[in-house]
Amino acid sequence: MLNNYNGMAQPLWQNGPAPGEFYNFTGGQTVQKLPRELTTAGPYGTKRSTAAITTGSSVLGIRYDGGVMLAADTLVSYGSLARYQNIDRVFKINKNILLGGSGDFADIQSIMRNIDQKMIEDQCYDDNIEMKPKSLASWMTRVLYNRRSRMNPLYIDVVVGGVEQNGTPYLANVDLRGRAYEDFVVATGFARHLAVPLVRENKPKDKEFTAEEASQLIRKCMEVLYYRDTRNSSTYTVGVCTPNGCGVEGPYQVNENWTFAATIKGY
Amino acid sequence: MFRNQYDSDVTVWSPQGRLHQVEYAMEAVKLGTATVGLKNRDTAVLVALCKPASELSASQRKIIPIDDHLGISIAGITADARVLSKYLRAECLNYKHSYDFTYPVTRLITNLGNKMQTTTQRYDRRPYGVGLLVAGYDEKGPHIYQVTPSATFFNCKANSIGSRSQSARTYLDRNLNSFLDCSKDDIICHGINAILGTLPTDEHQSRDTPSQYSITVAIVGKNQPFKILSEEENAKYLEWAKARGAPADPRRPGDDDDDDNRPSTSDDPDAGPRDPQVAVATEER
Repeated sequence: MLNNYNGMAQPLWQNGPAPGEFYNFTGGQTVQKLPRELTTAGPYGTKRSTAAITTGSSVLGIRYDGGVMLAADTLVSYGSLARYQNIDRVFKINKNILLGGSGDFADIQSIMRNIDQKMIEDQCYDDNIEMKPKSLASWMTRVLYNRRSRMNPLYIDVVVGGVEQNGTPYLANVDLRGRAYEDFVVATGFARHLAVPLVRENKPKDKEFTAEEASQLIRKCMEVLYYRDTRNSSTYTVGVCTPNGCGVEGPYQVNENWTFAATIKGY
Repeated sequence: MFRNQYDSDVTVWSPQGRLHQVEYAMEAVKLGTATVGLKNRDTAVLVALCKPASELSASQRKIIPIDDHLGISIAGITADARVLSKYLRAECLNYKHSYDFTYPVTRLITNLGNKMQTTTQRYDRRPYGVGLLVAGYDEKGPHIYQVTPSATFFNCKANSIGSRSQSARTYLDRNLNSFLDCSKDDIICHGINAILGTLPTDEHQSRDTPSQYSITVAIVGKNQPFKILSEEENAKYLEWAKARGAPADPRRPGDDDDDDNRPSTSDDPDAGPRDPQVAVATEER
């Protein structure tokens, strides 16, 4: 590439040299800076996160004949403490993309800032071209793989869902190493063990789910997750994306029924 | 050879509000052989006229593939075009790597325009001396863009640049309304007929004898990756085009309208600001 100036980067004449440095005019060669964590050691050496601290639990995504549905509960835990109980973890990215985030919530917020900025840049072009879910999923794999290669991964596991240009639904999972796959059901966290088999069991052969079936399954799975995953809460939000647009609905409440509790013995 | 005292540098304004160096760069486009770009509902076509620099050499490549969905046709300084095509290729490849998707043509051209503009605003750079016709296909359909050394770009229904391209534009103008709905074969034939009008008059008279000029055609469209047609296909379409209708009239001597596309010889600094060559028909976004 000849230079890194692509229209958005720098204001025109605000690029005078720092003391002891040279002028760098617009359109000139810019020196690529290494990421900060590779160049600057703090007073006690370089620190990287080695584990997720404030965590969101499962995200579940189901693809159906007319779109996708993403669900996640509204709890963000601090260790085993149910610290923040009313936080949306399903995000609307633009009118064809939904993203569900689990793992370290700070890292989710960080990547969401980047994504939101990208959507603003999309709008600044003012050409009616919006990002598609497949593109976002691809971009996420690049970012996450890059971070893991720098030995500083984002501790997140995301589900990207939405509708492509031609109206076909798209659903994929990207994890903290940049691994990714597409399927009609995709889940992170405990839902991968608890919800995925449940959804697969109900999948008709040679046929996609209907919206009704998908929403029934989401309801059922969120209930199972609430009962069996200790890091879940009973409220959850559901994002729905169809060719007509997308949005996040809820919070919904799991149908709790604890009457069986009295029959459990041995604790 | 200074034309006046205000053309010593790209960054120098003339009192009339003109940037003479930028305008000189625009003249470089008119030195290259002509090229035509046009499109129907889902195909964009580039046709270029090639002429070897000498009898002993092969002709320069006029049409440069950029990506599967995009290619350019050039008129002007070939070396500058190579630099621009390298940039475009890198951008397309980067975009594909990041987003698993082809670069939207409008955005690519906007960014190219921004890159080219910086050369017109710095004393240590010169404008690119090449005009481009870009043919591309993306989610918004086929596109033909004209890019000039002044870094202006036009979204066109059809256009032509290069030497004697005015007669091709006249042809395109006359047939503009039929382009949208005509077939792929027809649109290629229209392109060939348009470019035949840019042949010098003596070439026209001996059109059946082999001449030093040759034609290159490239298409891109729906389910059609960018492709430069082979010699056989060229010959086939050339035959069809000739059978189909009269090419554009070659310019008659003495036909001296203002829109002449030969390098201008006017020394008149009071001619007023010169805009880039106006496209045949530009499109709303």
